[in-house]
Amino acid sequence: MGMTMTQKILAAHAGLDKVEAGQLIEADLDLVLGNDITSPVAIHEMEKMKVDGVFDKNKIALVPDHFVPNKDIKSAEHCKCVREFAKKNEITNYFEVGQMGIEHALLPEQGLTVAGDVIIGADSHTCTYGALGAFSTGVGSTDMAAGMATGKAWFKVPSAIRFNLTGKPSEWVSGKDVILHIIGMIGVDGALYKSMEFTGDGIANLSMDDRFTIANMAIEAGGKNGIFPVDELAASYMKEHSTRTYKVYEADADAVYDEEYTIDLGMLRPTVAFPHLPENTKTIDEIIEEIKIDQVVIGSCTNGRLNDLRIAAKVLKGRHVAEGMRCIVIPATQKIYLQAMEEGLLKTFIEAGAIVSTPTCGPCLGGYMGILAEGERCVSTTNRNFVGRMGHVNSEIYLASPAVAAASAVTGKISCPCQLP
Amino acid sequence: MKAAKGAVFKYGDNVDTDVIIPARYLNSSDPAELATHCMEDIDKDFINKVKKGDIIVATKNFGCGSSREHAPLAIKAAGVSCVIAETFARIFYRNAINIGLPIVECPAAAAAIEAGDEVEVDFDSGVITDVTKGTTYQGQAFPEFMQRIIAAEGLVNYINQK
Repeated sequence: MGMTMTQKILAAHAGLDKVEAGQLIEADLDLVLGNDITSPVAIHEMEKMKVDGVFDKNKIALVPDHFVPNKDIKSAEHCKCVREFAKKNEITNYFEVGQMGIEHALLPEQGLTVAGDVIIGADSHTCTYGALGAFSTGVGSTDMAAGMATGKAWFKVPSAIRFNLTGKPSEWVSGKDVILHIIGMIGVDGALYKSMEFTGDGIANLSMDDRFTIANMAIEAGGKNGIFPVDELAASYMKEHSTRTYKVYEADADAVYDEEYTIDLGMLRPTVAFPHLPENTKTIDEIIEEIKIDQVVIGSCTNGRLNDLRIAAKVLKGRHVAEGMRCIVIPATQKIYLQAMEEGLLKTFIEAGAIVSTPTCGPCLGGYMGILAEGERCVSTTNRNFVGRMGHVNSEIYLASPAVAAASAVTGKISCPCQLP
Repeated sequence: MKAAKGAVFKYGDNVDTDVIIPARYLNSSDPAELATHCMEDIDKDFINKVKKGDIIVATKNFGCGSSREHAPLAIKAAGVSCVIAETFARIFYRNAINIGLPIVECPAAAAAIEAGDEVEVDFDSGVITDVTKGTTYQGQAFPEFMQRIIAAEGLVNYINQK
């Protein structure tokens, strides 16, 4: 019986020729990540460990991004804790305000995550780097502490579900629609404890930004990781952004999958996840009723990348957000922010009546920069629409692509760009 | 290893970490402070009613969503002695073991036990007893490796002992 792509990476990092699903292993880590919410807990736990310091100051990334720039005094204290830890331990990859971005957009851009890596991060969307052919998964703060101290983590080797992607997405269909379609199909625990392995010739029709979005939301199906094969596009992305040597792993031809699905990307439609679970999906054609909204958020580790902003700007160019609408655009990193400025996208957003924020996770998790009041509705390009996620317990979040979010900002109700005059 | 005994708080599918501890309180990492907001967005009365030793029972995918370890920390600091569920989301599962919050997967118990029932859990055998109903269930036993982490009361102690 052959191994899946994920299993091969894990075997290599555990010093084993072969692993199988269910096996408990200890793997060497290429990168350990934390943010301003999870790192302080990890730092506190690491202080209780009988270790001199971190295992490798170059293999730890600390990215204050959730409540940064500091939203209040307590958040400022957390960031100070992370900053002081980074200084004391001479952490190479600490990203201060001015250099920081949303962690899962920032790290690939900085070349810190490449194919073949094993990466843990104390943030559930760490699974994003699977887009580059790495095994990466979210953990908690204590795992992060142990990872920083020892350079190792324990894993139960996952089985896998294979998603064979074929065809080419039609206009206004993006990676977000692909992953929302999949979550709608298999449910929020459809891939619980498992790898989501994406294969097929349709991948060639997905940009890197689309793939990051898809891998990013593997966790919303309960997945341990999401992973893509390394093709020319992924290789050129890594060559452009990283000086690190990457290693390409491929699933064995006789690898066994728990389930296999074939998805024709050409058949997908713009898709929206209704409150209060990412699995409550409807295609734009299935939304008959008029759903009026109060706010639109375009950003996050899911959809705050340059292509996302380009699509939103294409929709908003020459148009204006609806009266009473708040449209909040958040470029995910400083580099994306700058590129968006140079391409004139920011001008388009501002002229359309949107606001543009410095990079932050902010509203996605109800931190700040766009909290919802009771009874308010938001169309958001973020990743979770749980009860109270973006504010009041009686507010509602509709998850969608940047195209649908931008179009909805214009009309004031859930809309597709194809419905705009 | 010790056992848990207490009254049950019962919840449904997909209890996410945002309702266990909303992010608006994550500017703190103090377990006692977090506990005062535990389950706030799904059950406002929880924190007023929960007594030391009580048990949470839920159905599938308990603890889905964010990786925040603040979620099991808040549950533990609220006095909960054990969480029983049909299934747990994987990061929550790891976090609970790593911080020493006992959790047991048992679909039969998760389905049958009702709010308010008095329940006992024997961590050595994995046996769950609903004292109120007079029924018993066999929970899934942990692999030996995880038992060692649980016995050490968390990953930090386990690493220190190695």
